[in-house]
Amino acid sequence: MNKNFQRSHLCIPYGLFLVCFVLAPLVVIIYYAFTNGEGKPTLENLTGFFSSPNTIGTLAYSLGIAVSTTCACLLLAYPIAYILARSKMKHKSVVLMVFVMPMWINFTLRITALKEILTVIEGNLAYHPFLNTLIGMTYDFLPFMILPIYTTLLKLDNSLLEAAADLGADTLETFMKVTFPLSVPGIISGIVMVFLPSMTNYVVLDMLYNSTYIMGSLIGAYFSAYDWHNGSMIALILLVIILLFTLFTNRYADEDAGSSRGGVLGS
Amino acid sequence: MRKSRKIAGVGMLLLCGLCGVSGQTVSAKEEPVVLRVCSWEEYIDLGEWDKEEAIELDNGTVILGEKPLYEDFEDWYQETYGKTVRVEYSCFGTNEDLYNQLNMGDSYDLVCPSEYMIMKLIAEDRLIPYSDHFFDVQDANNYYIRNVSPYIQNTLESNEIQGKAWSTYAAGYMWGITGVLYNPSLVTQEEASTWEIFGNPKFNRQITLKDNVRDSYFAALGILKKDELTDEAFIQSPDYSERLADVMNDVRPETIAQAQELLNQLMDNVYSLETDSGKADMITGKIVANYQWSGDAVYAMDEADEDDFELRFAVPKESTNLWFDGWVMLKNGIREDAERQHAAEAFVNFLSRTDNAVRNMYYIGYTSSIAGNAQDDTVYEYLKWCYGADDEEEVMAYPVGYFFSGENSDARYILQSSASQMGRQLYSQYPPQDVMDRTAIMRYFDADANKAINQMWINVRCFDIEDVPMGVWMALLAALLVIVSVGFRKSRRR
Repeated sequence: MNKNFQRSHLCIPYGLFLVCFVLAPLVVIIYYAFTNGEGKPTLENLTGFFSSPNTIGTLAYSLGIAVSTTCACLLLAYPIAYILARSKMKHKSVVLMVFVMPMWINFTLRITALKEILTVIEGNLAYHPFLNTLIGMTYDFLPFMILPIYTTLLKLDNSLLEAAADLGADTLETFMKVTFPLSVPGIISGIVMVFLPSMTNYVVLDMLYNSTYIMGSLIGAYFSAYDWHNGSMIALILLVIILLFTLFTNRYADEDAGSSRGGVLGS
Repeated sequence: MRKSRKIAGVGMLLLCGLCGVSGQTVSAKEEPVVLRVCSWEEYIDLGEWDKEEAIELDNGTVILGEKPLYEDFEDWYQETYGKTVRVEYSCFGTNEDLYNQLNMGDSYDLVCPSEYMIMKLIAEDRLIPYSDHFFDVQDANNYYIRNVSPYIQNTLESNEIQGKAWSTYAAGYMWGITGVLYNPSLVTQEEASTWEIFGNPKFNRQITLKDNVRDSYFAALGILKKDELTDEAFIQSPDYSERLADVMNDVRPETIAQAQELLNQLMDNVYSLETDSGKADMITGKIVANYQWSGDAVYAMDEADEDDFELRFAVPKESTNLWFDGWVMLKNGIREDAERQHAAEAFVNFLSRTDNAVRNMYYIGYTSSIAGNAQDDTVYEYLKWCYGADDEEEVMAYPVGYFFSGENSDARYILQSSASQMGRQLYSQYPPQDVMDRTAIMRYFDADANKAINQMWINVRCFDIEDVPMGVWMALLAALLVIVSVGFRKSRRR
């Protein structure tokens, strides 16, 4: 055995993994994003994306779906998580399981079932593509919002609530000034877990007959048209959006909950 | 093939993997020739039929698939040529996927893309022409050239790219046309027999288009050019076929712009775009008509029949898209290896044996390019087995000679079939001569035109920012103001 073996050598496999599966693909994407068909460097892919009403529209549509899905998930998940965490129910883990259980079933199966239910209710799905997508995405991602909020609320120190009551705060005030601010880190990780995937999860749209492209399907469309350059550029733009979003939420989480709680990436 | 039954495809991939393993058992004495074949998912008979499924034809042939055809080929090759060959069979999802795979360095010997991809591969000089021996009708093992339909072979010979006839590089496998599958209790045959049905407000949100640019563009051209296409003088003109092909391959920028505008309108009328779900949605009654490929239409009609629900297939009067898939040999796979090329040609020949063609047709549901010959009528017998009339039904004479002998009035190939087959399975699988007259092949477009129609399609599919309603902008502005003011107040309090 090599005498010079150090513990840090154990990092080599991870380093190799990072280079092969994170850095190298990124370099390839960046290369394709900034070159054209002849392999010459160009900014056309970037300017093209932001000057066409269709690609900008796709970005807006994806953001619209992501924002509304996140809001819907938050509005539904917070009360559930709150009630579950605060109640003195004997078997609340069972109730929580019921809410989270759909996550264990393959999501294409769930969306197929949802499609049939929506068809019974609406008659014809084609009239409300956006609404159907919103319902499908919310159904799909709801557990990802419930779990982190539930966990933060569960960890909430009861003595803080008692102190607030002792100092004369009524239930609403306690909630607004104590419970809610302290649950913000949970909300933020919930938002990140819902917002980012719902921007690109085009399978839900496909299955619910929404034929409008979102960012994910647009990348696929460029690749099957042999246009790897525009496809890579859109992937890169998406990456930048996600990066900005994560930085923003991290900062917000730090400000509101203090650094001890950590940000999204830390939690 | 145009369909992609995804779940079945996964099973197929597993099987492909298994076949790679089972192939290891051949004797290690001689180095076997390895033939790497890549084809569509669900596009070859995988055997394992029940004994009761055996097809007993009137000419005495009994057809029963026990093993996958590519394994039967390995046995046949050993018996016939005394050499061992091992087939590595794998699958691709779309023509574009296959092309991307080839560009990323995957090497195959024999692949089965559609006609426009074959054109592209010929144009890029990636294919090896079939050997002269392959076309020698004297050799009893040359099943392809002995059995191929004169109609298909004629089409392959009369089309060329860069002066090279397709028949030099491609052997036909399956073929079909496009049309409209419809529910006859809600849609009349007349309404379904035109591409304009996709814009028909009567079926608002009850009809689906295909989710790919080539099929949708074809339909758009059918609508845009309907006056020209249905004009008697145009149809009667001596060079009708050539002129029709030119019209249906019109990719001038102004035509593409018109098509984009039209497709945008159609998008507001159709239920959705689909590749695979349309068949199920027709059967369950979610939609009343859908753009369909003939083979999938047969499948949907068969399924619906089991529920006593009638579906029919209509071919638009303007024009219909003749498509086919063919076997081509790749340069960077074969690499001037004569033995391997021999095995590849033998594989095509083996699939072209009439009983194997029937096995494939039975399994896949599409129409084979193989017709048989005067001595071997197995394919025609199979057609009779499928569609021959019962005694108590109303009978019609249905000529299919154009496909089997090249002469439509050929008395040997006038099928006595049930009159109810008009507009049904037989009609979709072997369309009558008058339908075949108005078929057009959609060619491979050059890089610029290809880019233009792909961009057109992306524009159709994308949400246009200018379509955002004013109310949404207002709401966004209000929300932004609220956020900014809250943030401002908060930071001041600190």
